[in-house]
Amino acid sequence: MSGDETTLRGDVLALEGVSVWLGGRQILDEVSFTLAPGDFAGLIGSNGAGKTTILRIIMGLQEPAEGKVLVDGRRLGRRNRSVGYVPQKVLIDPDAPLRARDLVALGLDGERVGPRIPSRRRRQLVDEMLEAVDAARFADARVGNLSGGEQQRVLIAHALISRPRLLLMDEPLANLDIRSGQEIVDLLARIACEQHIAVLLSAHDMNPLLPVMDRVVYVAGGRVAAGTTNEVVRTEVLSKLYGHPVNVLRVDGRVLVVSGSDVSLEAVPRQPQPGRPAAEATGRRGGGDV
Amino acid sequence: MGGVVNAVFAPGFFHSDPVRTALIAGAIVALVSGAVGVITVLRGQSFAGHALSALGTLGGSAAFLVGVSPLWGFLTSGVVVAGAMEAVGTQRRRGRDVATGLVLSTALGLSALLLYFDTIANSTTGVTITILFGSLFAISGITVPAMILLSLVCLAVLALLYRPLLLSSVSAELAAARGIPVRALGLAFLLLMALSAALSSVAVGTILSTALLIGPAATALRLTRRPAMAMAVAGAIGVISTWAGIVLAYDSYHWAPAGKGWPVSFFVVAVIFTLYLVADLGTRLQAARARDRRTGSPAAAQPLATVRSS
Repeated sequence: MSGDETTLRGDVLALEGVSVWLGGRQILDEVSFTLAPGDFAGLIGSNGAGKTTILRIIMGLQEPAEGKVLVDGRRLGRRNRSVGYVPQKVLIDPDAPLRARDLVALGLDGERVGPRIPSRRRRQLVDEMLEAVDAARFADARVGNLSGGEQQRVLIAHALISRPRLLLMDEPLANLDIRSGQEIVDLLARIACEQHIAVLLSAHDMNPLLPVMDRVVYVAGGRVAAGTTNEVVRTEVLSKLYGHPVNVLRVDGRVLVVSGSDVSLEAVPRQPQPGRPAAEATGRRGGGDV
Repeated sequence: MGGVVNAVFAPGFFHSDPVRTALIAGAIVALVSGAVGVITVLRGQSFAGHALSALGTLGGSAAFLVGVSPLWGFLTSGVVVAGAMEAVGTQRRRGRDVATGLVLSTALGLSALLLYFDTIANSTTGVTITILFGSLFAISGITVPAMILLSLVCLAVLALLYRPLLLSSVSAELAAARGIPVRALGLAFLLLMALSAALSSVAVGTILSTALLIGPAATALRLTRRPAMAMAVAGAIGVISTWAGIVLAYDSYHWAPAGKGWPVSFFVVAVIFTLYLVADLGTRLQAARARDRRTGSPAAAQPLATVRSS
């Protein structure tokens, strides 16, 4: 929660003491974390923990009651081209006359009014982007006919073609089989590195991300602990975050977060515990792996 | 050659004023419906389109009572209904369906009353048929300039909103993330649908106008993958269908049973449906052939396992 630190590190994203209430219920409680260019970060938490609200806040679709959100050091405007977004799923009819390349082109200027003037430069940009996400071979297929993983690639191309500084992805692995999910994760890690942008993707299971994730933003009960995986995914830190004892177990390179007594992955309560400060892991970049 | 032309176009076809008006009005309406229809199908709002035109019955029958062109009645009720739909529910899908169904049936009940009054006032049932099923030959020449103007407005707005509409039809979330005011855009499109429904209700009536909205669009989706191209193709299919319908209806004055001509709306809808079937069958065959080429074995070469009964 320090503005001077923000400017020093040239953060792509900074949330500072963000609180949100919805219908009298507190959804986010003093959430603070930052992302730097090239960061590949997981927004980890169970359903209802507040992940989606955090994403909506960053996109400027929701106003925080307290605190501020800085993207590229600036407060959010209505049209924010520095944030690219990939929703969890698009529901599009298989017959719909919309090719993958049309959807990518809409990423360039989909919000503009008036008919589009086709140009060679536009076409070239779209082709390059499709190539970058390895989607060139189904560029002319209908979007509705593509598999989940293929659609995901097209949506990533759509989000990246306007050259954002930050890419947000809502549960990209939720509807994919393990292999396509892994391919998407690898692709994103590569893009974050190559294009020097920050990627923040939400997930309820952190394990598929462990090999590539260099930051974790762990959400529980509307509060957040952020840092490297080694700093955050620890029994003391998460117990403090949850407000009751949890154990972090490492089995065969996998991480399991279990409630103190109950040994099951999803058995983590999510009532916010007002009054207790969120765990703040401030250090950067330990060993990124587990 | 002349014999063929005479066989297709019954004598007097090209010299009849109602026919000329019908050809012009039919083409305008078809172009607008085709373009709006593609976006309607893309956005999955076919039912809303149907509700808009069906509710136009109320406005159309009221307009008859007051003595103005039904076009204005269709238009007024369309705009009111679009506003109501937006107000009723963008939140809950289930609630919206129930609300739409309730409003729809109530409005049609009210229309039944107004149509009854119309029938009493005119001592003819023609009004009811015209409102519900339309009649291209009954369009008065005076309304044609208004129709042209409204069509141009509709197409211009559609061209302006083309990209945001396309994007928000893929995902409202995606559109909102780019700063598109999704709700206002949704209302704007409902108004466009209302406008297009009003125009097509003049041509083929409130009940059949959905056919003109959805039919050519559905056919176009089979034929092309490009959104803008689909709109153009749908418009062209609509024009062909209405014109073919007009020709056939004019011919039908020589047909059984009464020699008074069959309703033109019947022919238009029949042609639209036939074209859809042909396009659907064509693409299926093409897909099957492509599959065979890939596997290297044509379907015919593989003998079907025959079941011999004992």
